[in-house]
Amino acid sequence: MTGFVGPIETPEDLSKVREIGLSKLLNRPRIAVGLSTCGIAVGGERLFARLKEIISSGGYNIALVRVGCIGFCKEEPIVNITIPGKPLVILHQVSENDAEAIVNAVLKGGVPDEKVLCKVSSWDHITRTIIYGTGFEQIPDYHDIPFFSRQTKVILRDAGFINPEDIDEYIAVGGYQAFVSAVSSRTPEEVIDIVKQSDLRGRGGAGFPAGLKWEITREAKGHLKYIVCNADEGDPGAYMNRNEMESDPHMLIEGLLIGAYAIGTSDALIYIRAEYPLAIERLRKAIDQAREYGLVGENILGTGFSCDIQLATGAGAFVCGESTALAASIEGKTGRPRPRPPRLTDKGIWGRPTDLNNVETFCNVPVILTRGAEWYRGIGAKGNTGTKVFSLVGKVENVGMVEVPLGTTLDTIVSEIGNGGAGGKSVKAVQTGGPSGGCIPARLFDTPVDFEHLNEAGSMMGSGGIVVMDEDTNMVDIARYFINFATSESCGKCVPCREGLKHTLLILNKVMAGKGTAADLEMLESLSDTIQATSLCGLGQTAPNPVLTTLKYFREEYEALISEGT
Amino acid sequence: MNDTTFHEIISRYHSPSGRTLGILRDIQIQEGYIPRELLNRVSVELNEPVSRLYSLVTFYSFFSLHPVGEHMITVCMGTPCHVRGAEKILETLQSLLQLSGESKDGKYSQTTQDNMFTVEIARCFGACSMAPVLHVDGDLYGYVTPEKIPDILSRYGWKGTGISQSENRSDAR
Ligand SMILES: Cc1cc2nc3c(=O)[nH]c(=O)nc-3n(C[C@H](O)[C@H](O)[C@H](O)COP(=O)(O)O)c2cc1C
Ligand code: SF4
Ligand code: FES
Repeated sequence: MTGFVGPIETPEDLSKVREIGLSKLLNRPRIAVGLSTCGIAVGGERLFARLKEIISSGGYNIALVRVGCIGFCKEEPIVNITIPGKPLVILHQVSENDAEAIVNAVLKGGVPDEKVLCKVSSWDHITRTIIYGTGFEQIPDYHDIPFFSRQTKVILRDAGFINPEDIDEYIAVGGYQAFVSAVSSRTPEEVIDIVKQSDLRGRGGAGFPAGLKWEITREAKGHLKYIVCNADEGDPGAYMNRNEMESDPHMLIEGLLIGAYAIGTSDALIYIRAEYPLAIERLRKAIDQAREYGLVGENILGTGFSCDIQLATGAGAFVCGESTALAASIEGKTGRPRPRPPRLTDKGIWGRPTDLNNVETFCNVPVILTRGAEWYRGIGAKGNTGTKVFSLVGKVENVGMVEVPLGTTLDTIVSEIGNGGAGGKSVKAVQTGGPSGGCIPARLFDTPVDFEHLNEAGSMMGSGGIVVMDEDTNMVDIARYFINFATSESCGKCVPCREGLKHTLLILNKVMAGKGTAADLEMLESLSDTIQATSLCGLGQTAPNPVLTTLKYFREEYEALISEGT
Repeated sequence: MNDTTFHEIISRYHSPSGRTLGILRDIQIQEGYIPRELLNRVSVELNEPVSRLYSLVTFYSFFSLHPVGEHMITVCMGTPCHVRGAEKILETLQSLLQLSGESKDGKYSQTTQDNMFTVEIARCFGACSMAPVLHVDGDLYGYVTPEKIPDILSRYGWKGTGISQSENRSDAR
């Protein structure tokens, strides 16, 4: 699969690999099928098999590869075609029945017109621009498609373009350049300084400054440390981390390696949920390829820096995303949180200082190093720099993966990128932040999506799930759904969460059954306050948010259910 | 599971971090559940009391201690799937497969009388854009509607109840 023999030892070696990768991307007619979990679910694998059959039986000179997801899940299966010297063309809603037409068109140096969505003449991979070519005047440009035009792709810059199972292609678009130049020409302190200057905040939910966490871990006592990537992504409705790992696993690995160098450890771990088999497989492959190229392992690039990356799998417990529970889980225990302090940065896995960051947090790092902190701070808003990837799902027309600068309004995301409610229905609310978040009504859609504004609205950034509810959705049912979720995911260690949520659920069931009273609503509020204030970990502390926000913004729906019953 | 496979799984994990859960996960995937006999062997191999392994297997929802049917159906009950009708999907499966509808929480798991199918629920496969979603033996189906279920089931040998089994093999739209 990879094209270079032996380890990469110098920046010149990296350039050689880049040439090999570029030739794979540009020098030969190529059909690339979007095969992340979403593409596979709607028949992408069968399409791929059919294409393979046609190409190999005809002995044609066409490369056929798997790529990740370009984010427009609604239009899957998505295929892109490159013909040397011409723009890359994106096809949508392709099925195995279209395979023949695609191959025939490519053989003639064209594309099957009826399946075309748009074209890309050159693409800014941020770390390196690729010029695909000119021509196909009649095809609309990528930037003319409303779903894409309001987005800013930094994290997802390679997703859907490069083959995630081929390290050469990642290197072709500028990959590993940041890591190689960091280990060979920057001190760990300098790296931390750049990340601090960028104002990058953790993407796992709480928004803690990433550079600061690295610095604290670097300075913690003990020379044996861990750096860990939290790829548990337990929020139902959030799948950005899955997509990032499936579409561009090397970007995560590069960020993790840079982090390991910065905090001074040779032990890196990725904790990933067992429900993501494809992401696990692609990460495994990626780590092996990086090891083969000498980018993971002993004495990397002859600098004396060594780092190994291990995978640890979760096993279906939402609470294991919480930092102390995650550490326990990696040690092979049940994932129950413990009180903090001590924080992970002092006493983490096996008692060693541990830095824990979200997948997307690490994914931001290579580009920050390549383009500089100043460039990065220019995206987003002050105190909320950079972009954030959201999964826009539920009852919205354009479901998919959306990347926008922090501070973009909900309205832009739901109405402009999402094109409003599915089937033309009107949108009532969005739920952000998963079980920790809340419901925000349509009248507050001018809220900028950043850490502080979402909190002000009673919700949360969480990992970035945006679930759209339309006029048909019953908001009390949604609150009950989340409490049901939190109740069954509660680890049971502390009373307020274990008993309080159970009680909340009983009341909500009663209200839904039309047997509620006004006193029940008061009880819901006071229970919620108690659970928030006295639970041991973030699960309990935030679980009441869906109830509190629906009571605040959609009280009339509770009241209607109550008066119906009487 | 034969000795070779068992030792292959054990030897996949050298570092203590993530080892125990990794081994249990691989056994779960291989066997469809965690047989008691293998739990004992893991206990010897890792020098961990069976009681501790047992507490793991019951805490984490990915594991099951009971044998399952030939084909495993997992229905997603995550938020987007819920909003887009997952409940109806589960009800349809229960009625077509003649399963009794019990708790939809915790470790919901039911097996048909002929042992052909086990139905379970999960919270999010990360394919939320195609909600509602279900899994059969690792094949993912998106945009599922109650009407599409007989066709999906018949691909796994379900003989059905005379409901038309459409010729259309593309599950997409
Ligand atoms: C119940 C619970 C579940 C969580 N799940 C996740 C998760 O799936 N992924 C994640 O990155 N962070 C999750 N977190 C937050 C982590 O504990 C931690 O703050 C985060 O991984 C730190 O990374 P960051 O600094 O890069 O944001 C969860 C927190 C709680 C309380
Ligand atoms: S708040 Fe809930 S999940 Fe967290 S420790 Fe307490 S019982 Fe466990
Ligand atoms: S909610 Fe069903 S796949 Fe995510």
